[in-house]
Amino acid sequence: MTFAYTRAADAATAIATVSADPQAAFLAGGTTQVDLMLKDGVVAPRRLVDISRLPLAGIAAEAGLVRIGATATMEQAAADPHVTRGLPMVRDALLAGASPQLRNMATIGGNLLQRTRCRYFRDPAVDHCNKRIPGSGCAAFEGVARMHAILGASPACIALHASDLAVALTALGSVVRLRSDRGPRSVPLTELYYQPGDDPQRETVLRHGELITEVEVPLPPQAARMTYLKVRDRASYEFALVSAAVCTIVEDGLIVSARIALGGVGTVPWRAWDAEEVLRHAPVGEASFWAAAEAAVRRPFTVPGTEFKVELARRTLVRALRVTTEHASEVLR
Amino acid sequence: MDEITVDVAVNGRPEQVRVSADVTLLDLLRERLGLTGTKKGCDQGACGACTVLVDGRRVVSCLTLAVQADGREVRTVEGLGGGHPMQQAFLRHDAFQCGFCTPGQVMSAVALIEEGRARSDEDIREYMSGNLCRCGAYPNIVAAIREVAGR
Repeated sequence: MTFAYTRAADAATAIATVSADPQAAFLAGGTTQVDLMLKDGVVAPRRLVDISRLPLAGIAAEAGLVRIGATATMEQAAADPHVTRGLPMVRDALLAGASPQLRNMATIGGNLLQRTRCRYFRDPAVDHCNKRIPGSGCAAFEGVARMHAILGASPACIALHASDLAVALTALGSVVRLRSDRGPRSVPLTELYYQPGDDPQRETVLRHGELITEVEVPLPPQAARMTYLKVRDRASYEFALVSAAVCTIVEDGLIVSARIALGGVGTVPWRAWDAEEVLRHAPVGEASFWAAAEAAVRRPFTVPGTEFKVELARRTLVRALRVTTEHASEVLR
Repeated sequence: MDEITVDVAVNGRPEQVRVSADVTLLDLLRERLGLTGTKKGCDQGACGACTVLVDGRRVVSCLTLAVQADGREVRTVEGLGGGHPMQQAFLRHDAFQCGFCTPGQVMSAVALIEEGRARSDEDIREYMSGNLCRCGAYPNIVAAIREVAGR
């Protein structure tokens, strides 16, 4: 099985080409797309439109935000001074993902749109996958699961969104710039993804042929402290069991604001709105942190293999909150 | 589907080949150009045995389409010539057992040095984590890289 390959001369041509062919897809770094097509054999577009050489890789800062071009590689973004200085949590999340080789290939837009690592989704010999074959069931829910979601999950699908980067960007309230044959639009990252519900095939609000052109990341105020804490089975080069992206501002021992997202637990990068609300104007300290942790993992949807993630997620969030508020609590003592 | 012309410089030597779109850079190197130093391990981007440098950046060639290398410069282990300081250091430190992962380890290590990331053993381990060694020669690999880094 092969396919047609074209290299787009500009973004408009790329969008027009993919939009015109229901069986066409964009190709950026290829670390997900080539894997799913040639190795796993679970997707089979008949045309790939290579966007990796389009001039969409720039990274720039302006009034209160950093713009990261969609085709910048993960390594380029992690090394960019605007990112390292203003968004250290984003740099840390980037460098916590994949390996240097994969980060030299994978792009920012592609990272956000990476497909789930659920092994049942990625194995065409598995008949029960509602994401691949609507109505066929969920082998992960019925069988052995571990690297799966406990938030936003349903009996139809417990597939995890495994990006680290998306978790950090979600915590910071990032916005994705899109472009299609109907023009440009902006979508908050928290509204880009659909939870599976009973239709796990629908994953994002993107229309066919719509392209991510850049991500706008708001720069937190100078007083903000942030961290990306990733807990995993190996020290490096492994997906998260649980991760927490936390950005807090503390004044006089009170948490003025907290922005929190969790990874390794959600069918989508999980913004913990309820935990943020619990922490607003709360005193820095263990009682506040644990109350936030309870609020962050409410009504989890677990299977036997994922029950451990409930407690692990809470503890991970508490640890991350200790890190970002450490200096403030020292002052209190 | 039609084949596509790919112009690629491999170890400084210009090559022009016709490939179908589904041929990986790894298969182009091994099957078409006869450069079998680059190894096919997992063939799925997980083990790093197929690591080569494209325009100076290390990538896994098993997940790179050959057509994506069009117009690029590719460096493989053959381009190091056998006497490269990193290859010598791997020999001196016995940084392998079966040797299958070694070409990928060496190419990744060469890139690591060029990236300036061999500042500590901890950094070497972190930034070499994309190269697996099932014989477990990791301590000796770290020692070889440490020596070449001049620490």
